[in-house]
Order: sequence, then structure tokens, then C-alpha cells
Amino acid sequence: MAKQLLKGNEAFAEAAIRAGCEGFFGYPITPSTEFLEHMAKRLPALGRAFVQAESEVAAINMVYGAACTGKRVMTASSGPGLSLMSEGISYIAGTEVPAVIVNVMRGGPGLGNIAPSQGDYFQMVKGGGHGDYYPIVLAPASVQEAIDYITLAFDLAEKYRTLAFIVVDGNIGQMMEPAELPPMRELPKDAPPWAVRGAKNRPPNILTSIYIDPKDEEVVNIRLLRRWREIEKNEVRYKEYFMDDAEIAVIGFGTAGRVASSAVKMARAEGIKAGLFRPITLSPLPKKQIAEIAGRVRRILVVEMNHGMMLEDIQAVVGDSIPVEFFGRMGGVTPFPDEILEEIRRVNANEEPVSDVRGEWLERLEARIAEGK
Amino acid sequence: MMLTAQTTTMELIYKRPESMAEAVTHYCPGCTHGIAHRLIAEVLDEMGIREKTIGVAPVGCSVFAYNYFNHDYVEAAHGRAPAMATGIKRMLPENTVYTYQGDGDLASIGMAEIMHAAARGENITVIFINNAIYGMTGGQMAPTTLPGMKTTSSPYGRDVELAGYPIRMAELLAQMDGSGYVVRRSLHNPGNIRRAKKSIRLAFETQERGLGFSMVELLSSCPTNWKVTPNEALDFIADHMVPVFPLGDYKVHPEIGNLKVR
Repeated sequence: MAKQLLKGNEAFAEAAIRAGCEGFFGYPITPSTEFLEHMAKRLPALGRAFVQAESEVAAINMVYGAACTGKRVMTASSGPGLSLMSEGISYIAGTEVPAVIVNVMRGGPGLGNIAPSQGDYFQMVKGGGHGDYYPIVLAPASVQEAIDYITLAFDLAEKYRTLAFIVVDGNIGQMMEPAELPPMRELPKDAPPWAVRGAKNRPPNILTSIYIDPKDEEVVNIRLLRRWREIEKNEVRYKEYFMDDAEIAVIGFGTAGRVASSAVKMARAEGIKAGLFRPITLSPLPKKQIAEIAGRVRRILVVEMNHGMMLEDIQAVVGDSIPVEFFGRMGGVTPFPDEILEEIRRVNANEEPVSDVRGEWLERLEARIAEGK
Repeated sequence: MMLTAQTTTMELIYKRPESMAEAVTHYCPGCTHGIAHRLIAEVLDEMGIREKTIGVAPVGCSVFAYNYFNHDYVEAAHGRAPAMATGIKRMLPENTVYTYQGDGDLASIGMAEIMHAAARGENITVIFINNAIYGMTGGQMAPTTLPGMKTTSSPYGRDVELAGYPIRMAELLAQMDGSGYVVRRSLHNPGNIRRAKKSIRLAFETQERGLGFSMVELLSSCPTNWKVTPNEALDFIADHMVPVFPLGDYKVHPEIGNLKVR
């Protein structure tokens, strides 16, 4: 199929349909609404299920029920909606049924705004709901990656009977760029053995997340963790740019990573040996690769559109081995390539240890804002 | 000389329905959950739909309802059974999907989910156990607790000035254009139990015919948390609950009204 000019949310939704999504349950919220609208247009025409739920609470519980049938199902929302969905997300994790959830992140906390943000990193990567579990989190940085990774999200969710989140921000959701959609997949004919579709010629299937005896719950916790460790081993994904001889490693995901790639190219043109490491799986985070990078570069600069969330996870990997610096914009502000370029220049020239990464960054950020930047 | 055993053919008149599992009950003595479970199982057997039925259990005393049934079951979050049932039914329109919910689950935390499931005319069946109290958490006030009734969270009796009035769900849900069959029955004596069973049958018939949302509200007992004997509990239903929650047909689709079931 040839490349077309596609709008992020719509292309993304269409890719989900082509990946075999048979049910969408959602509630309108900016900046994810086009996703729901595309599903409303397309799914009933294909004889598949679409419901606009009364709330995100209901939407995620519809996804939960639908996921129990063993078919590919999903929802799409934004931070405030994801907060409401946290209950159902935890139940889905506890019941070990596959589901795909898209978060088109916006500025927060609270009602915040509808501008692009990465402030839901913790909410997504740490799972969102109560109890012991980890979700898979994929972070595309373009419309094409959004298309590719939603297909991957369905495949991984099904393979591991787990939750797969896709986090993008309003930039990717709203932008139009050339991308290629995959062909329509054929729907599977058979039900997975655990699915509830009626106990015909087999004992009943029970799908539940209640294990009243702590010993039984612990068995589930162990199974979930074992499965997670398999995911950590097999499903780490990332992209590297100019990293072979890099002395400064910029690490950023999604839109921040994409803006940073422009800055890194500009830095290279100036002779600065900068490279970009862009995690695709925020969970599992490519820890081994980040540790390896820390062993061969002088400094790391983490760039995010939040107050330094992935920063904490990277600090946990790198420790004190080399200085880890940070630059972030918050509140729905997307950084410009020249801001990040300035940071790369500064980090490249900096020989001092970093004692208070967030404090130093805040001072620079406030000075920058005072200058009207 | 050979001894021959004499056998007499006897008619089996009562047995465990195929739709019930062989299990020892965890419900309290005098609790009517067991009766409601059995009525559902008998109806599923009689309609021959066990193999395509999927139940949705609530949070409450009947959280483990699935242990008593011999068909597919899922366990919902508190109050969300109608949303979960919606998800299942939309994916599997040919299957039979029902929820089993208590009054805290359905009329308090799950109010939005039940109202909208009815408004959408979801082809699901809801069995609503109204015993006017929270059972599993140990006897707190429910949205259906009677005025003046003592519970652990209304220790001086439900004061309507502070805690409002009981909610009549059958009347509310009957107002929804999407509902096809909404009735209130009681489980306090054999006559009412027979009427309850017939209504459960008609509720499932509503779903099988695609006539929209169906609900049977069942006035039920909770001797443990009401702190009365099982017999007193049954009297309490008749004397105190029925006047507040009148039994009756609140919405009956004409096609169901004309249906003859035994």
C-alpha cells in the first residue's frame, strides 16, 4: 500500500482496525477524540462493535468484558480519562486478559489543558491502577510509528495476556504526515482456550481477579512477575541515532525524542559528538542498553515534556557512574530544537559534576521563561 | 435359589439443575441468594441455553456466585457488571449474558452503569438482589435501606434528613425506552418464589428475542446483618420491604406479555 497523507489519530485508529480490533469502547476527550470518531464511522460498517460509553469508568469496564471474550479490543483516551480508567486497568491486569489502551497525553495535573505533554509517564509506566503488575508501554514518535506500534501492541498484549498502552501526545495525534497503512488482517476463527464464549463441550471458564486466600494471590503475583521478566527479556525496543561514536547521549521518547533528533543533527553539524537514544518501550525500559551507553559516553542529557519522570528511571540505571543532566518543558509546552541544541552545547562544555539535576534545570528553565522563550 | 433384587421405577421430581455446579454454600442460613441462584439455573436449563450463557458476578456477598453455576462466568468490579456485560454482549451478540447484582453494587456505586445499560437497550438480563443492606462488608446502609432502619453506618436508624430516601430501581429503570422487561418480585414465600422464577424466565426470553434490557428485582433477606432469625427475616420482607418496594410489573414488552410460560 502506498504512502498517504494521514492524520495521526485517524491513521492510528485505522491501523487498529486493520490489526484485527473487533471492539472499541470509549468516551470523547481532547486530544484523542478523532480516534473514537474514526471507530464510530468504521467499526459498525465492518460488523464490529463500537460503543460510546457513559464515562471512562464504563468504557474501560466494557473493554474488560469484551477482552474476556478473547477478541482484540481497545479504548483511547487522555490523562483525565486514564485516571478514571485506573480501576478497570487494574482488574484487566489481575484477570490476565489482553487489552490495548491509547493515551494521547495532554498537560496536567487536574483538568490542565489539551496541549501536548508527556506528564503521564509515571501513570502509564508504573501501571496506573492498584496492585502488583506491569503494563507494556510503547511510545511512537511519528504517525508511521503509531501505525506500526498499535499493531505490535495488539500482538504483544495477546501473546502475554497483558495490558499494552500506547502513549503519544497531541502533536502526533493531531499532525498530518505521510505514512503507510498495513493491509487488513484476517480475523482469527478460533477462541483462545481461556476465553468466555459459552461452556459448550468443555468445563466452564471463569475469569476473575479475586483470590481470597493470600497464598493464591501470591501465586498470581509470581506468575505475573515471571511473565513480566519474559517481556523484559524479549520485547525491549528502541532507536539510536549517531550513537556509535557519541560522547553526549541525549535520551528522549515520543515527541521530545523527535525534536531532540533535530537538535542532535544540528549539534553534529557543529562538530559536537552527540547522539540520540530513543526508547520505544518505556516499559520495559531498555535498561541494559542505557547502562551500556553510560559506560561509553561522557554525559547523558534526558529530554522530556514533563518534570523529569523517565529521568528518575534512567538515574536508577546509571547511578553515579556519569553525570545525568535534564531538560524538560511542562504544562503542554513542546520544546524547540534550538532549545535542546543550546542544552547539548552546554552539556558538551560542562566538566562539573551535577549535584542537583532538577534544581539546576529549574533555574535555567525559569531564566529562559523570564527571557520570554 | 437365586436372590433377585426388586426394583421399582420412581419418578425423579427434584434434582440439581445442570446449570448449577456441585458446591457447598457459603451463604448464611436464611439468606435467599441460594434460592435466586437456583431459579436462574432452572430457567437456563428449561430454555436450553446453558452452553451459551455468560454470567457477570458483582462485588458483594455474591462475589463468588460463579462457584455455584455450571456455565461461563466473569467477575466484575464493584458496580460495573452492566458495563462488563455490555462489552461481552456486543462482542458475542448470539450468546446470553446476565449480571447478578446486589443493591449497593447496582443502585449505589453502579448507578450510572445500570441506567445507561437500560437506556442503550442492551440485550442483557439483570438479576437484582435487593436486601436493603450491604452484606459482605458487614451490614452498612444501602441505597435501598428503609427509613428508620438500623445499620452499622446508620446506627440510630436511617434518618432521611441526613441520609436521604431508598431508591426504587425497578420504577426508575422502567422509565428507560431501552428496557423491555422490568419487574419487582420477592423471595419471602413459595408463591412469590414461583412468580419470581416465571419472571426470570421472561427476562431471559426478552433477551433471547432481542427486545432490550431486562431486569428482575428480587426482594431478599439478610438475617445476619438485619440481626433477626431466618423466619423473622422473611416476615420483615413481607411486612416492611414490600410496602416500600411494591411488587409488580413496571415494564413488559407486549411480545413478552403475550408469552405463555409455565
